[in-house]
Amino acid sequence: MILTAIFFYLFATVTIGAAFMVITARNPVHAVLFLILAFVNSAGLFMLAGAEFLAFILIVVYVGAVAVLFLFVVMMLDVDFAELRSGFLDYLPVGGVVGLIVLAELLLVLGSWVVAPGAIGDPVQPIPDMDQVSNVEALGNILYTRYVFFFQIAGMILLVAMVGAIVLTLHHKDKALRQNIGDQVARTPATAIEVVSDVEPGKGLKG
Amino acid sequence: MGELLTLFPNLNLALPELILAIGSMVLLMIGAYSGGKATGLVSGLAMALLVVAGFILLTTEGTGTVFHGAFILDEFAIFMKMLVLTGSVVAIAMSVNFMKREQFDKFEFPVLIVLATLGMMLMVSANDMITLYLGIELQSLSLYVLAAINRDSVRSTEAGLKYFVLGALSSGMLLYGVSLIYGFTGQTNFTGIAEAMAGSGRSLGLIFGLVFLVAGLAFKISVVPFHMWTPDVYEGSPTPVTAFFSAAPKVAAMALFIRVVIDAFEPISKDWQQIIVFISIASMVLGAFAAIGQTNIKRLMAYSSIGHMGFALVGLAAGTQAGINGVILYMVIYLAMTLGTFACILAMRRKSGMVEEIKDLSGLAKNNPVLALFMTLLMFSLAGIPPLAGFFAKYFVFLAAIEAELYALAIIGVLSSVVGAFYYLRIIKIMWFDEGEDSFVPMSGELKLVLGASGIFVTLFYLVAGPIFAATSGAASSLF
Repeated sequence: MILTAIFFYLFATVTIGAAFMVITARNPVHAVLFLILAFVNSAGLFMLAGAEFLAFILIVVYVGAVAVLFLFVVMMLDVDFAELRSGFLDYLPVGGVVGLIVLAELLLVLGSWVVAPGAIGDPVQPIPDMDQVSNVEALGNILYTRYVFFFQIAGMILLVAMVGAIVLTLHHKDKALRQNIGDQVARTPATAIEVVSDVEPGKGLKG
Repeated sequence: MGELLTLFPNLNLALPELILAIGSMVLLMIGAYSGGKATGLVSGLAMALLVVAGFILLTTEGTGTVFHGAFILDEFAIFMKMLVLTGSVVAIAMSVNFMKREQFDKFEFPVLIVLATLGMMLMVSANDMITLYLGIELQSLSLYVLAAINRDSVRSTEAGLKYFVLGALSSGMLLYGVSLIYGFTGQTNFTGIAEAMAGSGRSLGLIFGLVFLVAGLAFKISVVPFHMWTPDVYEGSPTPVTAFFSAAPKVAAMALFIRVVIDAFEPISKDWQQIIVFISIASMVLGAFAAIGQTNIKRLMAYSSIGHMGFALVGLAAGTQAGINGVILYMVIYLAMTLGTFACILAMRRKSGMVEEIKDLSGLAKNNPVLALFMTLLMFSLAGIPPLAGFFAKYFVFLAAIEAELYALAIIGVLSSVVGAFYYLRIIKIMWFDEGEDSFVPMSGELKLVLGASGIFVTLFYLVAGPIFAATSGAASSLF
C-alpha cells in the first residue's frame, strides 16, 4: 500500500511539473517533449487507479500519434515563436479578465453541485466486479452491445474525416516524378550507362 | 442478424439510416475504382439512394425508440427527414451541370452530401445527448469539407477554414453544455433529463448547461449572435454547396432544436423561452437591416436565411403545439423558396462564367421573362406577400406567438418583415425596370424543373395547404 502511495506522488508530481514546463518552455520542441512526459506519467496514474485500458490508450494514441504529430508540425512549420509571444503583455489584461470571468462561472456552477441522493447506488451502467472481468473486457462488453450505435456513428465520422482529407489535399500532378518499376527493370547496360572518354583533367564534360 | 435483433428489437426503424451508411460506402468504392471519372454515375446513384431511403422511411411501420432510447422515430422525425432528403436530392441534382462546367467534378461531392444527410437524419432522430453530438459532428464535418471542395479557389478554401474553426468552437460550447447537463441530471437521454428535472427542479448549473447547449445549436441554424460565419461561408462556397447549406442542414438543426427544448427541457420552458425570444428578435432585425446594403446575391441570401430562421423561432418561442406546427410549416415553405431561389442564382451564368452580383440581374425581364417571373414570385414569397406561401408561413408563427401572449415578439417580427420586404422588392425592381446587360446562357433542364416546382408550390400553396397542414399538425402533435 505504501508503495502505491509513493508511486502516486511520484507520477503526480512529475505530471504537474511537466505540464508546467509545457507552457513555460522557451523551445517548442522541449515543450512537446515535456507534454509526452506528462502523458506517460498520467498513464501511470491511470494504471494505479486500475484503468489499464485507458493507460494503454493514452500511450498509444496520445504519445504514439498526437504528440508525434505535434512534433512534426513544430519542426516542419517555421513558426516564429518569439514573434507569437511578442503581444503577450498587451493581451494579458483582456485575456486575464476573460479567464477570471470563466473561473467565476465555473465556481458558481461547481458551487451548486450536489450529488443526487441515490445516484451512487443506481448508476446508468453498473461497474462489473473487477475480479471477474478485465478492464478491456468490461468496456468491450458495453461498447459493442449497448453503445454499438454510437460506436458506429463515430466510425462514420472518422470515414468522413478520411474522405475529407483526401479530397482536400491529394493532388494528382502530371508533372510529378513517380517511380515506374517496369521502366526501371527494363533498363539495360546499353541505355543506362554512358561511356565517356577524352576527358581532360580539370575540364569536366561538355554540355 | 438474429442476435442483433434480440439486442435491438426495433432495428427496422433505423433502416433508412443503415441504407444511407452502407450505400455511401458503396458509392465511395464505385467512385474510387472508376478512377474518379464516374462523377455523373455516382451523383445519379446518390440521388437514387436518397430516394430509396425516403421511400423506406415512408413505408416503415410503427414508431418508437431503438438503441436503448438513443434513436427515436415518430411522425415528427419522419416528416423532418423527408424534408431533409428532399433538400439533399435537389442539391445534388442542381450541382451536376455546375460541377462539369466549373471543372471540379469530384465524385466525393455527392458522397459527402449523402454522409451529411445521414448526419442530419441522426440529428432529427436524436433522443440522447450523445446521438445529438455525433449527428451534429457527422453533418458538420461533411459540410466543412463541402465548403472547401473547390480547393483551387481561395474563396472556397477560406470559407471552409472559417466554417471549420467557428464550427469547432461552437461544438466545444455545445459539449460543455451537454457535460454540465449530464453532471446535474445524471442522464444523457432526453426523456431521462426531463424526468430528472421534473423531480429535482432547476439548478444554476443546469441553466448554464442549457445556455451553452442553445448557443451551440443556434450556431448550427445561424441565428444572431452566432451568425457571423454565414455570409462569408455562403459567399465563398461554390453555389450548389451554398444551396445545400441553406436548405437541408437548417431543417435538421431546427428539428433538433425543437426536440431538445420540447422533449428534454420541457420542465424549465420559462428559461429557454427567454433565450429564444431574444435570439429570434435579434435575428429578424439583423436579417432585415444587414441585407439592405448587400451587393452579392449569395451574401444577401445568407442574411435572408438568418432573418427567416428568426421568424421560424418565433413559433418555437411560443412553445405551444400550434407554435411547433408553425415552425414545421415554416421549414417546409422555407425549403421550397430557398431551393427555388438558388436555382435562379445557379442560372446566373454568362458566356464568361458565373456572375453573382445583384446588378447582374438587371434587364432580366427583357432577356428571359420566364426566369424573371419565377424569381419575382419567389422574392414576393420570401418577403411574405399574400397569397404566396411565404405569407402563410409567417402568418402561422405570428398567430402562435399572439396566442402565447408574446405580443412584443409578434409586433417586432411584423415590423422587421416589412423592412425585409425592401431588399426583396429591390431585386424585383432591378430585374424589371433597370437597363439590361447581356442575357444569361440558357438554363439546364434540372434547374428549370426545380425552379418550376418551387415557383408553382409557392404560388398555388393555398390549394395544397390543407393536406400539408394536416401533415405538419400530425408531426407537431407527436411531440406533445
